[in-house]
Amino acid sequence: MANPSAVCNGHLHHHHQKQNNLLKSGICKKNGITKGMKKNGVSNGTLYKKTFIEHFEQAPMYVAVLTFLGFGVGTVFGYLRDFMRAWGLEKRNIATEREEQKDFVPLYQDFENFYTRNLYMRIRDNWNRPICSVPGPQFDLMERVTDDYNWTFRFTGRTIKNVINMGSYNYLGFAETDVNALKTVTIELQKYGTGVCSTRQEMGTLDKHVEIEKLVAKFLGVEDAMVFGMGFATNSMNIPALVGKGCLILSDELNHTSLVLGARLSGATIRIFKHNNMQSLENLLRDAIIYGQPRSHRAWRKIIILVEGIYSMEGSIVRLPEIVSLKKKYKAYLYLDEAHSIGAVGATGRGVVEYFGMSPDDVDVLMGTFTKSFGAAGGYLAGKKELVDFLRTHSHSAVYATSMCPAVAEQIIRAMKCLMGLDGTTQGLQRVRQLGRNTRYFRRRLHEMGFIIYGNDDSPVVPLLLYMPGKIGAFARRMLEKNIGVVVVGFPATPITESRARFCVSAAHTREMLDTVLNALDELGDFLRLKYSRYSKSSHPELYEETSHELED
Amino acid sequence: MDIKRVKDYIYWLYYQYLLITCSYVLEPWEQSMFHTITVTVVAMVVYTAYVFVPIHVRLALEFFSQIFGGQPESTVSIMN
Repeated sequence: MANPSAVCNGHLHHHHQKQNNLLKSGICKKNGITKGMKKNGVSNGTLYKKTFIEHFEQAPMYVAVLTFLGFGVGTVFGYLRDFMRAWGLEKRNIATEREEQKDFVPLYQDFENFYTRNLYMRIRDNWNRPICSVPGPQFDLMERVTDDYNWTFRFTGRTIKNVINMGSYNYLGFAETDVNALKTVTIELQKYGTGVCSTRQEMGTLDKHVEIEKLVAKFLGVEDAMVFGMGFATNSMNIPALVGKGCLILSDELNHTSLVLGARLSGATIRIFKHNNMQSLENLLRDAIIYGQPRSHRAWRKIIILVEGIYSMEGSIVRLPEIVSLKKKYKAYLYLDEAHSIGAVGATGRGVVEYFGMSPDDVDVLMGTFTKSFGAAGGYLAGKKELVDFLRTHSHSAVYATSMCPAVAEQIIRAMKCLMGLDGTTQGLQRVRQLGRNTRYFRRRLHEMGFIIYGNDDSPVVPLLLYMPGKIGAFARRMLEKNIGVVVVGFPATPITESRARFCVSAAHTREMLDTVLNALDELGDFLRLKYSRYSKSSHPELYEETSHELED
Repeated sequence: MDIKRVKDYIYWLYYQYLLITCSYVLEPWEQSMFHTITVTVVAMVVYTAYVFVPIHVRLALEFFSQIFGGQPESTVSIMN
């Protein structure tokens, strides 16, 4: 979708055009459920410079009924097994209270433990599969079998080779073992070793950290940045430093656990708005400003909006232009978590801020992780210099957590230089473009086959809805038999009726790999009856000719 | 060749039944128990339908035809 008219210094110069006619054609093109364009007034038509098409199709009613039926059967048998276990008719494999504690308050009777014991255990072999190679576009799995229905596993000693990897967050393909690519990393590893043995504030700030922070700030176009050793800890340890009691946090319904944990640890008041719903957010903002704090009606000390760039379970992209206009109108702060979107969207991989053509000064706190697109580990927080200086002294991570390993920092530096073009090649830009092509191709083919896919057309996270609990296990196992590794998710990470398989498209996937996966999905979709969509057209032979035109990009 | 296709189709139908009712995840003895209960319930429903539905339908038809037809039939003949 990007027209690379001028690419210099790794930055793309956008030409701001009103694309109203494109917007209209975007609505008519798909006769599915399109959310994105507000029909009232022209003002929102100019906020979005390109079409914003998201799909959240609902399945037919019988699917929901059958899903509940399936869970009902599972629950009934769960009670039966619990009864047998309680009366000694069956061996107990999971933790129970000791004999002396039988009269105490029960520990393991709540629904979550019941669910884990009786439903999750039965299909547990689809998760925690140990891999024994780099998680590139293909990887090796250790084969394991179970003799007692997933309570224990044993390894047969064989490895399943070259399984196509559709589950790793390897969006730009930087998880590689190519010796040439990792030359600088090996040099740094030999120079610094692996451990830092200190925190940032004591003796853990190396010249590598200064280098990487300058590079991150330059990459994002902000004044300063700070890096941390762990992505989850970046959120959960820094939000308490930024907000405290008497502040208000407005957080999206489907925010990641790290954001929720950080918000709860801070002690501020938390209010939730509906996922990506700007009316809900505006109502909350108005109530906050009009009524103030709950009992004293004083003004809030600060109001901060927590959103993510790409939501990893839905594949939806945040409506950044509208949020920024709301935040300017009501004078709130914005914290943008770009864990999945940095490197993955945007014309040169600079995240949702570039994707919408906005300036990074509009967002107060830019957060992201290096785990997903850069093949490393860790997170960063970027913004104005005063903010980052404040965090250097007040963040829990800076005071107590070990700083980033220098070899990992070097991997991030080389990946970022590759993206920005500073290593002298255009490989970075090629990877970003390849990811965009792969994403669009994959999503288009899945839509045409008739699956229900959630999310924005440009997001590399593709959730495919399975709905019924019986199909979760069947899908994952059959895909592994066809040598494709997928991640399936059920309750409690998703709503109980909407279990899904989540695909992560990578720039390292070749067209042949994607075609293998798509053919397998086609076959499996017919066999398991997963093609619930009511809006697709069936695949025609002309389709294959169309894809050959696509290859001549 | 046809027999194989029919067998494959029947196996596919059985597999769909397993997936929909979530008995795919159950252990074999639980599956047998579940199948027994299901087959019993379905058999009872079919038997009840076979015994009761034709008589009730016939009675209903006669009742409605009496209202709309209007011919004075003797009530003795209906109560068999």
